[in-house]
Amino acid sequence: MEGINLTVIGLGIIVFGAAYGIGSIGKAAMEAMARQPEISSKIQTAMIVVAALIEGATLFAIVVAWLNG
Amino acid sequence: MNAVKKLIFLWLFLIPVVAYAESEAAAKDAPKFDVTGMIMHHIGDAYVFHMVSFTNGRGEKVHVSLPLPVIIWHRGQLQVFLSSRFEGGKTLVAAGGDYLKLYHEKVYLTDAEGTIHYDDAHNVLNAKPLNFSITKNVASMLLASLLMAMVFISVARVYSRRGGLSVPKGLQLLVEPIVLYVRDDIVRTQIDGHKADRFMPFLLTIFFFIWFNNLLGLIPFFPGGANMSGNISFTFTLAVFTFFATNLFGSRHYYKEIFWPPGIPIYVKLILIPIEIIGLFTKPFALMLRLFANITAGHIIVLSLASIIFVLHSISVAPLSIFLSLIIYSLEFLVALLQAYIFTLLSALFIGLAVNEHH
Repeated sequence: MEGINLTVIGLGIIVFGAAYGIGSIGKAAMEAMARQPEISSKIQTAMIVVAALIEGATLFAIVVAWLNG
Repeated sequence: MNAVKKLIFLWLFLIPVVAYAESEAAAKDAPKFDVTGMIMHHIGDAYVFHMVSFTNGRGEKVHVSLPLPVIIWHRGQLQVFLSSRFEGGKTLVAAGGDYLKLYHEKVYLTDAEGTIHYDDAHNVLNAKPLNFSITKNVASMLLASLLMAMVFISVARVYSRRGGLSVPKGLQLLVEPIVLYVRDDIVRTQIDGHKADRFMPFLLTIFFFIWFNNLLGLIPFFPGGANMSGNISFTFTLAVFTFFATNLFGSRHYYKEIFWPPGIPIYVKLILIPIEIIGLFTKPFALMLRLFANITAGHIIVLSLASIIFVLHSISVAPLSIFLSLIIYSLEFLVALLQAYIFTLLSALFIGLAVNEHH
């Protein structure tokens, strides 16, 4: 393998972190929904907002990696 | 039945190997397929609306496309002509003493010979005229606006004729639950009281506009297929609207929290105030980037999966490639709605943070 592209490795690390973060949110939200199904719509909204914040940080990193790569 | 399943499973695993062997044999005479170029061409803007390409009986490649109007304002002169006058970049068009050249789907000002100047990194140095052209993206956006106008004006007419409390019929059945969902579960949960209804027109428009544009971008043939909501200028404009909607209607309390947060020591304030001011801009910036990156990434994935066939020079990967494209395509239909929802939800959240009374 000639010329290993560091950008791709960086993108892999970024996506790993984001997937871990969003996965934990999903886990926590599902546990909370199972315990209190009556407020599941509120939990869902909060879950999406937090996931969107993580995604925002991820996209910053991806765009920086893409521009420098 | 079980045996068939096993065979299909085995075949799915064998495909890459077969395809690779074929591509080794074919690569010697066939020209290399430019994946990046093809994808960039598809997700970028254009001055023609491409419909179909085929090879005719004499072995010539024929592109069928719809030329779109080019509108240029240069040296106080307005020029309107169809992009077919460029003949794909071969012909220059005179404009107020200078010449216009179409080069890599962008219009530049050149001299009479059509010289393009480059810097060391092969970027074009030629100046660009003020360009108000109806490009592929703009045409797609206008189409989305037209569709929205048709749907919502006809539904609104029915409401004014039959009354708002009547049993919904026809298109109403499709639109009413979505509008109610946006109102009750997105806007009213984030913005308090009567203020929610003030922002409803803006947020509903943004929701449906993004959704319609996302869906039009997913249609793979002629009137769709433009990457409108994956264009950063488009998402930038929407984010600027949200920025103004947030900050023009911000309460006194909201601005006090930013410029002089109460209840903390002065040295913390000095650190916090710049962060808060940067935060004013990062919120719409993240909105802009999120929509742009999600939609563009979706287009890139579908196109990449389709181009596996051409990269490997083999038709035996076609079933796998089409199957994977289909899965991603279905996912993109979900993403089209989800991104419209997230954009609206976050806009409502930011507006709510700004306008709500302090509890």
